Amino acid sequence: MRNIFAIFKKEFRSYFNSPIAYIFITAFLVFSGWLFFRGFFLIGEATMRPFFSILPWEFLFFVPAVTMRMWAEEKKLGTIELLMTFPLNDYEIVIGKFLAAFLFLTITVLLTFPFPLTLFYLNKPDIGPIIGGYLGALLMGAAYLSIGLFISSLTENQIVAFIVSIFTCFALFIIGEQIVLTALPSWLAPIFSFLGLGYHFESIGRGVIDSRDLIYYISVIIFFLFLNIRSVESRKWR
Amino acid sequence: MITVTNLTKRYGPTLAVDNISFEVKKGEILGFLGPNGAGKSTTMRILTCYMPPDEGKATVDGLDTIEDSLKVREKIGYLPENTPLYYDMWVIDYLKFVAEIRKIPPAKIKARIREIAHLCGLDKELSKSIGQLSKGYRQRVGLAQTLIHNPDVLILDEPTTGLDPNQIIEIRSLIKEIGREKTVILCSHILPEVQATCNRIIIIKDGKIVGSGTPEELAAQAQGGEEIVYITINGPQDKIQEQLNALEGVQSCCLLGSENGSYRFEVKSKQGVDVREALFRLVVANNWSLTELMRTHITLEDVFKQLTTEEN
Ligand SMILES: Nc1ncnc2c1ncn2[C@@H]1O[C@H](COP(=O)(O)OP(=O)(O)OP(=O)(O)O)[C@@H](O)[C@H]1O
Ligand SMILES: [Mg+2]
Repeated sequence: MRNIFAIFKKEFRSYFNSPIAYIFITAFLVFSGWLFFRGFFLIGEATMRPFFSILPWEFLFFVPAVTMRMWAEEKKLGTIELLMTFPLNDYEIVIGKFLAAFLFLTITVLLTFPFPLTLFYLNKPDIGPIIGGYLGALLMGAAYLSIGLFISSLTENQIVAFIVSIFTCFALFIIGEQIVLTALPSWLAPIFSFLGLGYHFESIGRGVIDSRDLIYYISVIIFFLFLNIRSVESRKWR
Repeated sequence: MITVTNLTKRYGPTLAVDNISFEVKKGEILGFLGPNGAGKSTTMRILTCYMPPDEGKATVDGLDTIEDSLKVREKIGYLPENTPLYYDMWVIDYLKFVAEIRKIPPAKIKARIREIAHLCGLDKELSKSIGQLSKGYRQRVGLAQTLIHNPDVLILDEPTTGLDPNQIIEIRSLIKEIGREKTVILCSHILPEVQATCNRIIIIKDGKIVGSGTPEELAAQAQGGEEIVYITINGPQDKIQEQLNALEGVQSCCLLGSENGSYRFEVKSKQGVDVREALFRLVVANNWSLTELMRTHITLEDVFKQLTTEEN
């Protein structure tokens, strides 16, 4: 536990040791703020729906940027050799890194709190979808994070990690979307829709929290964290 | 303290370490010497549990590097090649991070960092970012990291690369001082470094051990017995050469060059004979004048060259 916490602290702090974190938080807030208030003022919609519906697409770029350097940088600097010769279990390092990225993502997402506040100030919006939307966003974001973290462990080039993560997340997201589903045989469609990263987000976003959705995201996260542990271990194979 | 038995490691087709065995006793400072690509770093990576060997086994304090990996890692302070560091971290945060991972009780971390910073000459650098430090200070941060948990075993892979001569001397004496109570392996391809710091040397080439022992033992091992004397004499060339060859104890002599009537010869003596005095008497007896008389010892450098350039 202490080891995980030490890794977590180091990783979390490293976000704020460089300006990248601030740039990304600002970019995320400006971009989603613009989308939110545009919908709010132009269309006069007093709901968070446009904000949440665009979130999976924003995450597609934002989340890989959060995870891209976590392993790639260690490999490039050679610090992985230090990290792996400290008395730590591989899983402790992976979990510590994941939790740091998750806290960073959570903070960023929660910094959008002025949006719902605006709604509450002007109107009486339905609170269920807002809570559900945020919960779904964090779960989906965490799933993206675990994918991005795993992919970062496969390369020592941050940019490669970034681009490959975008494509992987995109692929896992798109398989559950209508465009793909209509092209599939009807017996396959429900499976793909269940596997898609977006389907459960929408389902939670309606404000109904179903255990199947939670289990789905948690399984995706665990699956990719597991792959991550294996890939870190792979130096010991051959 | 450290035993390595029949260790072999391949990277794909490259045989990096080829069936090596050696031992390091407690309190010893072992120099692990070899040219580039000899397999030094690979051996260190296996000892520090970064990667397992393909064959053979390594133990630290009786613990196997694969089976008791975590315990072995606890006992070792490791400075990898090129001193990898997190450049965006502050020195103090970095040392705190390592201290936490090294399980130093939270209440003692601060004091321990101050102690180590002082030992490594980092007192004034603690609140700087590692990226801002000069190379020498980064090296010190790397060393501080290896020492923070007071490990029994120190493994340092080329700890002085890229330092200026003054810093090299400082770091070496630091290592020597620390090494008094610890078992140290120091990898290097710089001879004087190993000579200045280590009690014992292992020379490795192409993944094989080609020589081992104290610096003196190694020199003796490589020496064919003869000694070389350089002598410069002012006089008639033919006569000098003739007389030199005739001198008792001289195995061979050859002219190296001449300048203003002075001739420089390389004189090889027979095994165990010091011919300098005889040479001097010869010059005096013939009334020539002597301008140079120098005996060379076979240095560790020659041993190293001989052992690592031989075709086998
Ligand atoms: N990750 C790797 N993948 C493939 N080959 C490697 C790898 N690391 C080292 N090698 C090869 O293994 C051999 C030994 O390398 P090693 O790094 O152990 O040498 P070294 O003695 O530390 O050399 P140097 O003095 O240059 O640091 C070399 O031929 C090298 O090319
Ligand atoms: Mg090396």
